[in-house]
Amino acid sequence: MLTDLEVSKLRWRCRRGFLENDLILTRLLERRGANFSEAEHVQLLSLIALDDNDLWEIIAGRTEVFPEGAADMVATLRETRVTH
Amino acid sequence: MALAVHKYDAVVIGAGGAGMRCSLQLARAGLRVAVLSKVFPTRSHTVAAQGGIGASLGNMDEDNWHYHFYDTVKGSDWLGDQDAIEFMCREAPKVVYELEHMGMPFDRNPDGTIYQRPFGGHSANYGEKPVPRACAAADRTGHAMLHTLYQQNVKSNTTFFVEWMALDIIRDAEGDVVGVTALEMETGEMAIFHAKCVLFATGGAGRIFAASTNAFINTGDGLGMAARAGIPLEDMEFWQFHPTGVHNAGVLLTEGCRGEGAILRNKDGERFMERYAPKLKDLAPRDFVSRCMDQEIKEGRGCGPNGDYIALDLTHLGAETIMKRLPSVHEIGKNFANVDVIKEPIPVVPTIHYQMGGIPTSIHGQVVVPKGDNPASVINGLYAIGECSCVSVHGANRLGTNSLLDLLVFGRAAGNHLIATALSSKAFKPLPANAADYSLSRVAKLDSSTGGEYPQDVANDLRKSMQLHAGVFRTQKTMDEGVVQVLAIAERAENLSLKDKSKVFNTARIEALEVANLMEAAKATMVSAAARHESRGAHTVDDYGDTAEHPLGRNDDTWLKHTLWFSEGNRLAYKPVNMKPLTVDSIPLAKRTF
Repeated sequence: MLTDLEVSKLRWRCRRGFLENDLILTRLLERRGANFSEAEHVQLLSLIALDDNDLWEIIAGRTEVFPEGAADMVATLRETRVTH
Repeated sequence: MALAVHKYDAVVIGAGGAGMRCSLQLARAGLRVAVLSKVFPTRSHTVAAQGGIGASLGNMDEDNWHYHFYDTVKGSDWLGDQDAIEFMCREAPKVVYELEHMGMPFDRNPDGTIYQRPFGGHSANYGEKPVPRACAAADRTGHAMLHTLYQQNVKSNTTFFVEWMALDIIRDAEGDVVGVTALEMETGEMAIFHAKCVLFATGGAGRIFAASTNAFINTGDGLGMAARAGIPLEDMEFWQFHPTGVHNAGVLLTEGCRGEGAILRNKDGERFMERYAPKLKDLAPRDFVSRCMDQEIKEGRGCGPNGDYIALDLTHLGAETIMKRLPSVHEIGKNFANVDVIKEPIPVVPTIHYQMGGIPTSIHGQVVVPKGDNPASVINGLYAIGECSCVSVHGANRLGTNSLLDLLVFGRAAGNHLIATALSSKAFKPLPANAADYSLSRVAKLDSSTGGEYPQDVANDLRKSMQLHAGVFRTQKTMDEGVVQVLAIAERAENLSLKDKSKVFNTARIEALEVANLMEAAKATMVSAAARHESRGAHTVDDYGDTAEHPLGRNDDTWLKHTLWFSEGNRLAYKPVNMKPLTVDSIPLAKRTF
C-alpha cells in the first residue's frame, strides 16, 4: 500500500509526452489506487523513468528489453492495455 | 513573505522542441539560461510528433522554398502572415541541416542524403503534384529531435528546473517583463525567476477538448499566464482537427500513413477523396480532409454499426512496408482499435490536434500587442515560440510538418534576436516590490478553499462543452450557446476546492492551477469563434457555406483579419493580416481548392 505522497508522485510522473502512455498509465492508476506492493512500486518507477517511446514499445509488446526485475509490472501494464 | 530568487539572463518556460532550440542558441552564446518544465524535458509533447519536418531540400524531387511558401499561404487559407511564412520557409533547409549536424538520426536515401516523404498539402509547382518534403526519423521524429536538443543543451550548460510549474508573469511599472513566479512540485514552495527576458514555449491547450490527440500536460499554461497579464490571445478560434484520430480513443495515426499510401474509404469502400480533391486525393490538407470525412458521415456513408467513422485502409501497403515505415500505426491499431492494420482498415474520425492561434509575436518571437495606432507594439522582455505563439505562419490551418519546423525556426530566431541585442551586457531591471503577490494570493485562495468544486470535475465539464460547441461541427447557434456555457463554467472555476491541502507534491493543487489556464484558453476559443461570422480553414461553420459572393464561406471583405481576445471583459479586437512577404510578391487571394 502506497502513502498519499507516493501516489501523488506516481500520478504526476505518469503524465507523459504522448497520449497513448497517458491513457494506459491512468487506467492502471485508476484501477489500483494506492494498492501497489513495494516491489510493484519500484518496478513501475523504473519503467516510467524511461522515455515515452521506449516505454510504449514495452507496453505495446514490441520489445522484451526492459529494466531488470520489472517483468511483473510489464505484464500488468500489458494486461491493462488490452483490458478496456 | 520572502521567496527564493533565481537570477538568469534568460528563463525559458517549457522544454519541448521550441524551448530547447531557443535555450540551446542562448546557452551556446554564453548566456545564463534556465529552462523550467513540468515534466522531464524528453517527455514534452514534441515527443509525440511522428511525421517529419517540412523543408524544401529537394532530395527526392525538384523543390524550392517558394513552392513551400505558396503551399503554406494557401494552407493557411490566407490568414497566415506572408512575411513570417517567407521567413520560415527560407530558413527551413538551414535548421534541418543544423539539426543533422547536431546528430539527429534522419532517415537516409541510398546516396546518403536525407530521405523525404510526401505529406498532405505539400506540392511542387504551386499545387501541380505532391512533393516529398518531410524530413523524418522513422516515425519518431519528435523523439529524436528532443533527444538531440536535450543532449546539446546539457553539453552547453543550460540549467534545467524539472517538475517546476510557472505561475505568472512579473511586469514592472513600465509594463516590461522582468521575470516569472514558479512553483516547485517537490517542495510545494514558490520562487521568483528574475530575468532579462522570459520566453514562453509552453505548447498548446489541446486538453480544453474532450476528444484530443494531445497529452494530458497540454493545458495552455503560457496562454493562461499571458491572458492574466493583460496580453491578448490571437486567432484562438482556429483549431486543427487531425483527420485520423482513432475512433473512441483520440490516439493519433500519423499523416505519414497517407504519405506512404493509406487510403480513406467510406462504407461502400469508395476512395471518396478522389471526388473532393482530384489532384491531391488523400494528401489534401488536414482541414479539407476532415471536412470531407465529416461530409461522408453526415450524408450516411460512414462506416460501422452507427455509421460514425471512416475506414483508413493500409492493407495494400503490405506487411513489410507497414512494419518498416509505420510500426507505431500497427501497434496503435492493435491496442486502441483491436485491429490488425496489415489485414483490415482501422476506424478513424477527425480529432482535435493543434492550436493555430496563441500569443501574438513578431518573426523574432517578441510578444506584440496593440498600442495606439500600432497593432504590434513590442512588450520588452517577453518572447513566445512554438505552439503557444501566433506569429502567424499557420493562419487558419497548419500544414503537416510545419509544426516541428515552426519550433526550430522560431526557437532559433528568438535566440538569435536576443543575442543580437547584446543581452549578456544588459543590466537586470529591478523586480517590483510586489512581484509575487498575485501568484501568492492565487495559491493562498486554493489552500484556504472550502465547499467549492473539485478541479477535475470542472475541467471535465469544460471539455465536454468545448467539444459540443467548438468541435468540428460548428453552427452559429451552438457557438453562441457555447459562449454562455463556457463563461458559466469559468465562474465555477473561480471557486475550486482542494481535498488535499498539503504542500509537498500536491498534484491536486497543480491541477487546479492548470484549470485556471485551461479556462483562459477555452474562453478565448469560444468567444473568438462565435464572433467570426465566416468559414475559413479549420473554422468551418454550417451557417456560412459556399456562395457565389463568398466561395467556401470565406468572407475576405469583412474577415481577412486576425482576432485578438482580451481576458478582461472578454473583449475582442482585430488586426490586419500581413499580405506582404519580405522579398517576393504576395500570393494573391484565391479560392482554396485542391
